[in-house]
Amino acid sequence: MNIDAAGMHFKDLNEQIKAAGKEVVIDRCMGQRYIGSGLTGKDIVIHGTPGNALGAYLDGSTITVHGNAQDATGDTMNDGAIYITGSSGDATGYAMRGGKIFVNGDVGYRAGIHMKEYKEKSPVLVIGGAAGSFLGEYQAGGTIIVLGLERERPVGKFCGVGMHGGRIYLRCQAPPDDLSKRIIVEKAANEDMEIIETYVKEFCGIFGCDEKAVLDSSFYVLRPDSKNPYRQLYTQN
Amino acid sequence: MAINFLYPDHEVVRNPQRCIACRVCERQCANEVHSYDEELNLMKADDTKCVNCHRCVSLCPTMALKIVKTDHTFKENANWTGETIKELYRQAGTGGVLLSSMGNPKPYPVYWDRLLINASQVTNPSIDPLREPMETRAYLGKKPERIERDQNGEIVNNLTPQLELNVPIMFSAMSYGSISYNAHESLARAARELGTLYNTGEGGLHEDFYEYSANTIVQVASGRFGVYKDYLNAGAAVEIKMGQGAKPGIGGHLPGQKIVGDVSRTRMIPEGSDAISPAPHHDIYSIEDLRQLVYSLKEATDYKKPVIVKIAAVHNVAAIASGVARSGADIIAIDGFRGGTGAAPTRIRDNVGIPIELALASVDQRLRDEGIRNNVSIVVGGSIRSSADVVKAIALGADAVYIATGALLALGCHLCRSCQTGKCNWGIATQEPELVKRLNPDVGSERLVNLVHAWEHEIKEIMGGMGINSIEALKGNRLMLRGIGLNEKELEILGVKYAGE
Repeated sequence: MNIDAAGMHFKDLNEQIKAAGKEVVIDRCMGQRYIGSGLTGKDIVIHGTPGNALGAYLDGSTITVHGNAQDATGDTMNDGAIYITGSSGDATGYAMRGGKIFVNGDVGYRAGIHMKEYKEKSPVLVIGGAAGSFLGEYQAGGTIIVLGLERERPVGKFCGVGMHGGRIYLRCQAPPDDLSKRIIVEKAANEDMEIIETYVKEFCGIFGCDEKAVLDSSFYVLRPDSKNPYRQLYTQN
Repeated sequence: MAINFLYPDHEVVRNPQRCIACRVCERQCANEVHSYDEELNLMKADDTKCVNCHRCVSLCPTMALKIVKTDHTFKENANWTGETIKELYRQAGTGGVLLSSMGNPKPYPVYWDRLLINASQVTNPSIDPLREPMETRAYLGKKPERIERDQNGEIVNNLTPQLELNVPIMFSAMSYGSISYNAHESLARAARELGTLYNTGEGGLHEDFYEYSANTIVQVASGRFGVYKDYLNAGAAVEIKMGQGAKPGIGGHLPGQKIVGDVSRTRMIPEGSDAISPAPHHDIYSIEDLRQLVYSLKEATDYKKPVIVKIAAVHNVAAIASGVARSGADIIAIDGFRGGTGAAPTRIRDNVGIPIELALASVDQRLRDEGIRNNVSIVVGGSIRSSADVVKAIALGADAVYIATGALLALGCHLCRSCQTGKCNWGIATQEPELVKRLNPDVGSERLVNLVHAWEHEIKEIMGGMGINSIEALKGNRLMLRGIGLNEKELEILGVKYAGE
């Protein structure tokens, strides 16, 4: 089903999406918020610019954006996939607990903040360009990969502050020089490269780039030094 | 090291003539205070480990035990009290932030105790709730601005989703993780029987408790633990936690030792990992951003659930509430600075925030002045200790109250304020299976039901005495209150007259 979203209120648009069948194509999308919020079993293609909280609480649908997305894309998503051919705003993938987000361009501040995981359920956020500051802040689980393609540096400041789980892979010649002392940074090992290769392959398949050229670089992995970062902070009173 | 020695606050007193060395106290104490000396056939106690929870006292078959406050003392000093000195020693020894639990115990004024309730005499007859109908039902949610009619003159139902409570008392947020499975089960079952709601707190909802969904408020906090579509739709309402009275402005850290088994699965974080709730929601820096979260939750729940926004009572609470009332939220919950907690930095708990009585009065007045009082219902907590507090809160303008410390007391909590250790001997604030099973949900839920029924009857008696027969007629009826021992400014903020006026 095709929906022309020009001038449409988000509530009307989202009602139509919910009422539609599995396949939904939205044309002339212009800032409507909450598209795909909590949806299961949909395949949504968006032309234009969806508004904030695209795919919030997404529970197993595919959303493809031909354009840019705004803030809080995939907020607290549980399952499914979001593909963005352009860039995505602040807090992309906030508190994701499952599923995948692939962004061809850049993401804003605080992407991947407080991502989680539990056993085999582990979210993935792949960024082709660069991420703003505070990438992976409070990260409790999951995988973030930043490729930094054609960018000077892959991440902004304070990458991974408060991180206590999960992993961040950065494609770069040298890791950021302002990392917290609580983060262990190493060159990606073989088992890390296997994970990276899997998602780079998927990334290149979606956005059409040269897998070999992307992988022909050094990768670093950031991990927290403890899953109990605050244990030493307190005195029982 | 001598310099680190702190004499215990409490001493275990054992009556040797009564003690039969049955070792019940030893088995019951998770803090390992009691031990048995086989050679002497005597029970011994290590006072340094005692938290004064009364578990041993309550279970001693011969009443041989009591816990007393020590008379060991520093040289008296009104400025440097023994407590202050000890806290300083602790920090000098460890470099740590002082961590406490349960509500602010400091002797700040309790305004509930300085408000007196009216009663009818002669001109307006009082009502006997045992004989006459008395309405304690409350509906929470946005109320329509006007009655709408269709072209046939029929009334159009323009009411947005409401919560219906048989009694204006709900159990406020306590997460699974901070309290036990059995504590949650007790609260859920009691809420269903009472026709009210309990609140999951920010730790998600255990799959066993989805059956209580009509009596469940599901909470979304900055850590987003356990939040997903089924969870959101499992609740009768969704609460966004912006703040907590015990620790306004800061987040929470549930230590990894409590993240075990089902708690880990329910929160969706690995076992043993700290559960960290950041201080702010990182997608909310303004009322407009709050509105975005409110509506993303409404979209995810098809506009079928009221959305509650919970804030801590802080200095600008009236202005903040005014913003919240315009954010699309249906209910504002305000948590006062005496509200409980499973763990909070002592200095924050004891020094940040304001009393709920003043916050409630100023919020209600502000929303009335701005003509937006009916945009939202107001729920207050932190701390409501009795039916009289409930009546006073409603007369000051609340639609309903939240209780949590009171509910825990009903479950057996003795307010030893040691929740943060995870060794609750009463099976409430712990995840250790041996301790959790001490709280029987059959007994726990029955005691909660008893408590609320007793309060409900008292509320009816008090309302009847005033000649008022419904919560709705009491709400915001400040003429039913008079102040005692308050200054002019306090009376002005509370909007009440002085006793005798």
